[in-house]
Amino acid sequence: MKVDDALVDKLAKLAKLEFGPEERSAIRTDLGRMLDFAEQLNEVDTEGVAPLIHVNPEKNIFRPDEVSESLMQKEALQNAPDHDSYYFKVPKVVENPDKG
Amino acid sequence: MIETRAEVLEKYQLVVGLEIHAQLITSSKAYSGAVNAYGDLPNANTCPLTLGHPGTLPRLNTAVVQHAVRLGLATNCSLTREMHFARKNYFYADLPKGYQITQDTTPICTEGHLTVKDADGNDKRIGITRIHIEEDAGKSIHDQDPFNTLVDLNRAGVPLLEIVSEPDIRSIEEAYNYLAEVRRLVRYLDICDGNMEEGSMRCDANVSVMLKGSKTLGNRCEVKNMNSLRNVQRAITYEMKRQIAIIEAGGTVEQQTRSFDAVNGTTFTLRGKEDAHDYRYFPEPDMQPLELSEEAVEKVKKAMPPLPRDLYKRYTEELGLSDYDAGILTESKPTALYYEEIIKYTENYKAAANKVIGEVKTYLNRTATRIEDFPVKPEKIAALIRLTDENKVSHSVASQQIFPLMPDNPDKDPEDLARENDLLQESDDNALEAMARKAVAAYPDKAEAYRKGNKGLLGLFMGEVMKLSDRKANPKMASDILKKILEE
Repeated sequence: MKVDDALVDKLAKLAKLEFGPEERSAIRTDLGRMLDFAEQLNEVDTEGVAPLIHVNPEKNIFRPDEVSESLMQKEALQNAPDHDSYYFKVPKVVENPDKG
Repeated sequence: MIETRAEVLEKYQLVVGLEIHAQLITSSKAYSGAVNAYGDLPNANTCPLTLGHPGTLPRLNTAVVQHAVRLGLATNCSLTREMHFARKNYFYADLPKGYQITQDTTPICTEGHLTVKDADGNDKRIGITRIHIEEDAGKSIHDQDPFNTLVDLNRAGVPLLEIVSEPDIRSIEEAYNYLAEVRRLVRYLDICDGNMEEGSMRCDANVSVMLKGSKTLGNRCEVKNMNSLRNVQRAITYEMKRQIAIIEAGGTVEQQTRSFDAVNGTTFTLRGKEDAHDYRYFPEPDMQPLELSEEAVEKVKKAMPPLPRDLYKRYTEELGLSDYDAGILTESKPTALYYEEIIKYTENYKAAANKVIGEVKTYLNRTATRIEDFPVKPEKIAALIRLTDENKVSHSVASQQIFPLMPDNPDKDPEDLARENDLLQESDDNALEAMARKAVAAYPDKAEAYRKGNKGLLGLFMGEVMKLSDRKANPKMASDILKKILEE
């Protein structure tokens, strides 16, 4: 997979990051090296091998439907850079993404 | 509003698929033990996982799986036996983790269907592509603070089921009926309260149009933010006309995500195809796979409440009720349950249906009471039916005089109420015969005419007996006795 400026720009947009041309060039090189490294896996023939999603064989790690760990409102808000008594405050955003 | 002439609309076929999000009724969230409740103080129901703090691990709520299986069974779906979870990635302030934990390639339910009425009132099968487990995001409030967006994370992590239909819907009526049916089902199943106004059930519509007879679907637009059944109808109607107008003017419908504006009934662009979200799904490494065992499914099956379609079938086929009556009785679960209780005490199923649809519903509407809060127990309604069945009171006395006394005297037996208010019919043979003789004696010429064949005069004598008895004569008995006397 080729890492070009268009791909870096797309990823930056998805990650809501901004950077200048110099940084972009460095990121392009870094990403390219990471992908090259991962692409070594392509040398192995995986025809007919099911993808391994979990290394751990455990299944069905459930939790009963019980309330166990709610934080107090004050605790929940205390580490936020900006908040009032009720809400987290973030810079104004207008676009609504898909919910759910 | 876009004006489109009827003959132009006639040329096109509407095609709709609906995606419904149902917030599940549980005590705790989907993947953590934080409280799942609507209407609490902002940010009172969070936990380290909800807040996306490092070092936290999600664990699946068993109730979520059970709810999903319930809905899957009720919508004729195949249940997936081996599943894993996926991350759906996007950055937004009300999603602190940066992803929703969802099911991507292995949804818990697939290939189901529901049967609903089409525009002509005929049965129509709407396919359900998939139902998967998901979690809700928090809530952003943009209009309370001039400089900031306020974030409430109570809703973040609340369990959802997303129900995706096939693009099988061909009219506004079908869309409405399908959505209403899903809402009725989730309420019957006790898995979601179905409240669209509060957002606990939400619906997105994929709308396209094509020329009738065409095999190729047109470009579709996804319409969001419709917070009532009525608004879903309005939004689809507008969107259909908008797309037809574009095609009629020689243009092409662009694939877009649009939002419904309830104030003027229109839709507007949220984003185009090029800005479509890229969620970069990948398997969620923090969640172990989910395996649905036969025992687990059986357990849910055993605990399934009656479904509206099963009740409808039983009412029409076994109890002899009309389609109309069965439809009204099964419209809401509390109404159906109330009826079910009455018929434990009486076998007069038709009368029981009439009482619920007539007197009870009228009372509830007039007093704005929910049937759950109706003070009269179903057993007492059955007793009232028995009173007329045994000819102790007439139908009109039962419904107009005894029934209105019952809500204020919920513990009293209707027969006692009738007695106390002197409403029991005169069923004493001797008393009735005395009155009948008096009535006949008052009109000797009419009695003669009756004997000569003018049988219509019976009504006159009945009226007289009713007057003499203060309207309490048992009409059936009175008329039998009158006939006997007149023919002596």
